[in-house]
Amino acid sequence: MTLLHTQAPVAPAAAPLRRGRLRRGGPARTSPLILAFVLVPLLVESVSVFWPAIQGVYISLTNWNGVDAPSFAGLGNYSRMLHDPVFLKALGNTAIWLLLFGGLSAAGGLGCAMFLQRERRGIAVYRAVLFLPVVFSLTATALMWQTLYQPTGMANGLLSAIGLGGWQHAWLANPNTALYAQILPALWREIGYVMVLYLAGLKGIDPALYEAAKMDGASAWQQFRHVTLPQLRGVNAVVVSVIIIDSLRSFDVVWSLTQGGPFNSSQLLSTYMYQTAFVNTDFGYGCALAVAIFVLAFGVIVSYLVRAFKESD
Amino acid sequence: MAATATLGKRMRTIGFHTGASALSLLWFLPIALILVISFRSTDDVLGNGLNALPHSFAPGNYSAAWSGGGMQQALINSAIVSVPAVVVTLLLASMAAFALSRYEIPLRRTLILVMLGGNLLPPQILLVPVAKLSQVFGLYDSLPTLIAVEVGFGLGFYVFVLQGFMRTIPAEIQQAALIDGAGPFQIYWRIVLPLTRPALAALAALSFTWVFNDLLWPITVLVTQSKMPVTPALLSLQGQYVSYWNVIAAGSVIAAIPTVAVFLRFQRHFIAGLNLGAVK
Repeated sequence: MTLLHTQAPVAPAAAPLRRGRLRRGGPARTSPLILAFVLVPLLVESVSVFWPAIQGVYISLTNWNGVDAPSFAGLGNYSRMLHDPVFLKALGNTAIWLLLFGGLSAAGGLGCAMFLQRERRGIAVYRAVLFLPVVFSLTATALMWQTLYQPTGMANGLLSAIGLGGWQHAWLANPNTALYAQILPALWREIGYVMVLYLAGLKGIDPALYEAAKMDGASAWQQFRHVTLPQLRGVNAVVVSVIIIDSLRSFDVVWSLTQGGPFNSSQLLSTYMYQTAFVNTDFGYGCALAVAIFVLAFGVIVSYLVRAFKESD
Repeated sequence: MAATATLGKRMRTIGFHTGASALSLLWFLPIALILVISFRSTDDVLGNGLNALPHSFAPGNYSAAWSGGGMQQALINSAIVSVPAVVVTLLLASMAAFALSRYEIPLRRTLILVMLGGNLLPPQILLVPVAKLSQVFGLYDSLPTLIAVEVGFGLGFYVFVLQGFMRTIPAEIQQAALIDGAGPFQIYWRIVLPLTRPALAALAALSFTWVFNDLLWPITVLVTQSKMPVTPALLSLQGQYVSYWNVIAAGSVIAAIPTVAVFLRFQRHFIAGLNLGAVK
C-alpha cells in the first residue's frame, strides 16, 4: 500500500506500520468497533444501492409487467431499443441537452466567475443573486418558468417589448420549442453553481502569474488563454463531470412540465425510462433503458473515480 | 496624470456596477414576477394578463396552496424525511470516514471508491428494483423507506468528502488522546468529530437541500398523496389548480422558502460544501 510511505512514523510507538493497525501511530490491531464503523455504512449502501443495481441489470434481461413472474428475454430489450424511434429521439434530445445545457452552463459559469471574481464592495450581493436559484428545487424552478412561458407570460412579453413580437410562441406546447424552452430554466439554475466552482478555482491562481504575463506584455485575452485557462484545468475537469452527470440525471424539469411531450419532442432518456417503467409498467424495457443511461455515464464515472483515487492517496 | 488615472478607475468601477446590476436584475426578474403573481387575485391575472402590474392584493393564494393544495402536510412530510436523513447520513458517513481515514483498514482505497461509485450511479438503474424490493418486504409507500433510500444513495459521496477532510487532522492530536487512554469511540466522538465540524456543517446544509428538493425518489417509493414531501406535492398542486398561475406561484414560493432560509442562514457553509464536493 502506497500510503505507508507517505507518512513518516512520528512516535516511536508507531514504528512498524502494518495492515490492521492504526495509521500514524497507535495501538495494535483494528478494533471490532472500527470494523463496524466501516461495515455498517457499507451494508446500508449495499442494501439500498449495490444489490438493487445488480437486480436492475438482471430485470433488463427479462420481460416483466410487475404482476406475473418475469420471463427471461436475453438481450431482447436491447435490440428493441435500436428500432425504437422514441428511444432514438430521447437519445438525440439527451445529446442536445448535454451539449447546450453543458456548454452554456460551463461558459456562463466561467464568464460570471471572471466578471465577479474581484472582492469589492457589493460583490457578495451580485454573487448571491446569481446563486439563489441553485437552492430552488428543479420542480419549483420549472413551475415558475411554466408561468413565464404562458402565451401572455414574461417570455412573450419581453419579445414584444423589444419589437420581436413575431417570435412569440406557445413555448411548451410547440414541439419545435418545448425541449429548448426547458433547457433555459435548468441553465438559470446551473450557472450559479458552476460560477461558485470557478470562483474557488480563480481564487487559487497565483497573482504573480498575471504580473509576469503583464510584464511580458500579454493582452487580456492572452492572459486568459495562457494563464487562466491552464490554471483552471483541475476545476474544468470537475465542472465537466458535474455537468455530464447532472444532464444525464436531468429529469425533474421535463417531468414537471411536459413529461416528454408534445409527441415525445422533449423526451429525455431519464423521462422515457421513468415513463416506460412506471406509467406503462414495462419494467424489463425500463431497466434496459436505465442500463443504457448507465453505459453513457460510465466513462464520466470512471474518470471521476480515477481523479478521486489519485486524490485519496 | 494621477487625476486621469483615478477618473479612469472610477469610470471602470461605475461600469462594473452597471453591468453587474443589470445581470443581477435579469437573474432576479423571474423570481420578482413570480412573487408579484403569487399575490394577485385570479380575476386580476385573467383579466389583465400575467405581466400586468398588480391591480389586486390576494394573500389568499397562499392559504389556498397551504391548505387546499396540501403544502402544509407536504412541509411536515419533508421535515420528517429531510432532518433524519441528514442526521443519519452524516452519522454513518462520518463513522466510515473516521475508520477509513484514521486506521489502516484492508482495501481502504477500494472501499472508498466503491462507496463513491455507488453514489455516482445514475439513479434510474435503481428505481425499479428499489420499488419492487420495498413492495416485497412490505416497506413500500412509507416515509422511513424514503429516508433509508435517501441515506443509502447519498452515503458514498459524504464518506469520500469527510475522509478527505479527516485526513488533514494532525496525527499528534489522536496520539495525545491515546496516551490519555481514550478508546476508538472516544477518539471519534470527542476528538475527530468536533474537529470535523466545519465540513459537517457544510455537508448538512448541502444534503438538506438535496433531500428536500428531490423528486425522483419520493415518486418512486411513495404513492399516497398525503405522504408526499414538498417537491412531488407541488406537482399535484399544479394538477389541481390548472391555470391558476397565482396559486401555483404561491405554492412554488412556499416550496422554495425552506431552502432559501437555509442558504441565507448558512451561506458560508453552503458555498464551502459545494467546493468540498468538487474533486480537485
